[in-house]
Amino acid sequence: MKNKADGTGGATFDRSKRTLPGELNVFFALVLIVTTFEALGWLLIGDSFLFNTRENVDTFFNEARLKIIILQVSIVGIIALGVTQVIITGGIDLSSGSIVGVTAMVTMSFAQVSIVNGNPNPKAIFLEQGWLDLPIIVPLVIGLACGIATGMINGLLVAYTRIPPFIATLGMMVAARGAAKWWSKGRPISFPTDEYAAIGKGLMPVLIFIALAILFALILKFTRYGKHCYAIGSNVEAARMSGINVERHLVLVYTIAGTLAAVAAIVLSSKNLTAQAGMGVMYELDAIAMAVIGGVSLSGGRGSIFGTVIGALIFGVIISGFTFLKLDAYYQEMAKGAIIVGAVVLDQWRQRRQTLGG
Amino acid sequence: MTRQVLNTEGLTKHYGGVHALEEADFEIHAGEHVAIVGDNGAGKSTFVRQITAVEQRTRGKIWFDGNEVNFAGPLEAREAGIETVFQNLALADDLDVPDNLFLGREKFLLNLGPFSILDYGGMRKATLDALMKTGVKIPSIRNTIRRMSGGQRQCVAIARTATFHSKLTIMDEPTAALGVQETSQVENIIRTLKKAGEPLILISHNMRQVFDLVDRIVVFRRGRIVANLNKEDTDQQEVVAYITGAKSGNGQANLT
Ligand SMILES: Nc1ncnc2c1ncn2[C@@H]1O[C@H](COP(=O)(O)OP(=O)(O)OP(=O)(O)O)[C@@H](O)[C@H]1O
Ligand SMILES: [Mg+2]
Repeated sequence: MKNKADGTGGATFDRSKRTLPGELNVFFALVLIVTTFEALGWLLIGDSFLFNTRENVDTFFNEARLKIIILQVSIVGIIALGVTQVIITGGIDLSSGSIVGVTAMVTMSFAQVSIVNGNPNPKAIFLEQGWLDLPIIVPLVIGLACGIATGMINGLLVAYTRIPPFIATLGMMVAARGAAKWWSKGRPISFPTDEYAAIGKGLMPVLIFIALAILFALILKFTRYGKHCYAIGSNVEAARMSGINVERHLVLVYTIAGTLAAVAAIVLSSKNLTAQAGMGVMYELDAIAMAVIGGVSLSGGRGSIFGTVIGALIFGVIISGFTFLKLDAYYQEMAKGAIIVGAVVLDQWRQRRQTLGG
Repeated sequence: MTRQVLNTEGLTKHYGGVHALEEADFEIHAGEHVAIVGDNGAGKSTFVRQITAVEQRTRGKIWFDGNEVNFAGPLEAREAGIETVFQNLALADDLDVPDNLFLGREKFLLNLGPFSILDYGGMRKATLDALMKTGVKIPSIRNTIRRMSGGQRQCVAIARTATFHSKLTIMDEPTAALGVQETSQVENIIRTLKKAGEPLILISHNMRQVFDLVDRIVVFRRGRIVANLNKEDTDQQEVVAYITGAKSGNGQANLT
């Protein structure tokens, strides 16, 4: 009777019959997809997806490809961490891509150098004011403030006007994109300081993504904040009756999501050494897709950061798998759409089965 | 007369044109167990929602524990010492038993504001203690509420009120979904409260249960209190007559 300490009688409870956690299913899906690409690789183009087949490189795995995959998903993955929390509360955030755009523009304009190749920086935004070669802390603080402000507006709208999150963040999506274009009248902003350029260099985006993923995985699992996210997502009335300040919590959640989008913007603009008004277009959908693929339920209350990280990897594998198989980019986008819809269908199906006592 | 624990005066709630609760004058004293009965839609749950500040009342006054109170929300009512089993149970389906028992007042290992670290071990242990104490049977407290039967959910909600010391317990149809054994289990919990001298408001449609457990019966009809009867001075027939409207009267006039 190992289980005795776990309950107080009633029906017998067999721990071995407990259904696998959702994350494990998602992990199996990842393995399955990788295996499929591996098989297709040998069948269609006679090459391995996962393993190294080049004579002159002495590694077991195809490290170059794996690096590309994780680098590719890291930046959107950072956004997906925030989107995951929003979706767990039963909301949605459509504005993260636009927040990336406006934050990248604003931040970059405070991170510019004065002299490029011996000439004054031709792209300098604040040339007249002389705000060039500023210490790194200035663009970082301003960038994060952008994310906090936009996220907080989302949160206040969702919590206090009671308009659906879909509408509130759709408004922010359009407005923030407009702000990104207005900021420099559409001109790209380039030539950051060396310190700023170091943020997104090499594998830095991956490290930042992993660090933030671990941080928020712990927060969601072990803090009151996390517990209340799940409580609000599973039954907002119960959460309210239990004394949770739902409105204040939602403001915090959307603010954190906005802040994470701003972190992604900083990393992305640093990595690209430039910022453009169109940066981050459609990232919100990619981030939502990562979360949903990773088992985060769109109806709220269920999902985890770990699931989203695996969801992000699946996303990356599929994109790079299409490139690997030398399929056209058009197919990639169509497949992406199909995957998003498929993941939601799967989520609905899982829910029906659970409520019917599966 | 013993000390009043809760007292309402002219408590009224209108939902737009629906007059769900009209001018309710109600009182409960230290150690007293009072039943609220009435047909579906009589306004019983509405009354509870006004006292616990789940909703804001249209008008009326509430005194609790000697002071006039204006709770801003359910947390304040709870912190003041009112524990409630709501009719809709107010549980989070995707959380497990300890999470639900401690929802909104978690135990912490380290206080960091919103990011305070949860004391899972402590909450688990306290949950098992509470379930033992109340005799509630749950196969595994790690199961989410979603996977539980209606009766088990109800048990969790009841165990939640029993876990915390309160000055007043309110149960809105606590045995509505329970089997015979579980019902007597809950009735035992109520008797334990009685012995401990803790006051209780019990809402129930079960006349046998009401007459078994409480000292006084208050009848609601169409949003108004129509009778206020000591158990000794009445019988099931009279109570049913008030519920159906076959007999009518002013609640306050009956007692004294
Ligand atoms: N949020 C609301 N908006 C509008 N009308 C409401 C609302 N809540 C309750 N009512 C109405 O108020 C009246 C009283 O409802 P209440 O839930 O208090 O009944 P009750 O006595 O608890 O009934 P039951 O025994 O079925 O639980 C009903 O006519 C109901 O339709
Ligand atoms: Mg009711």
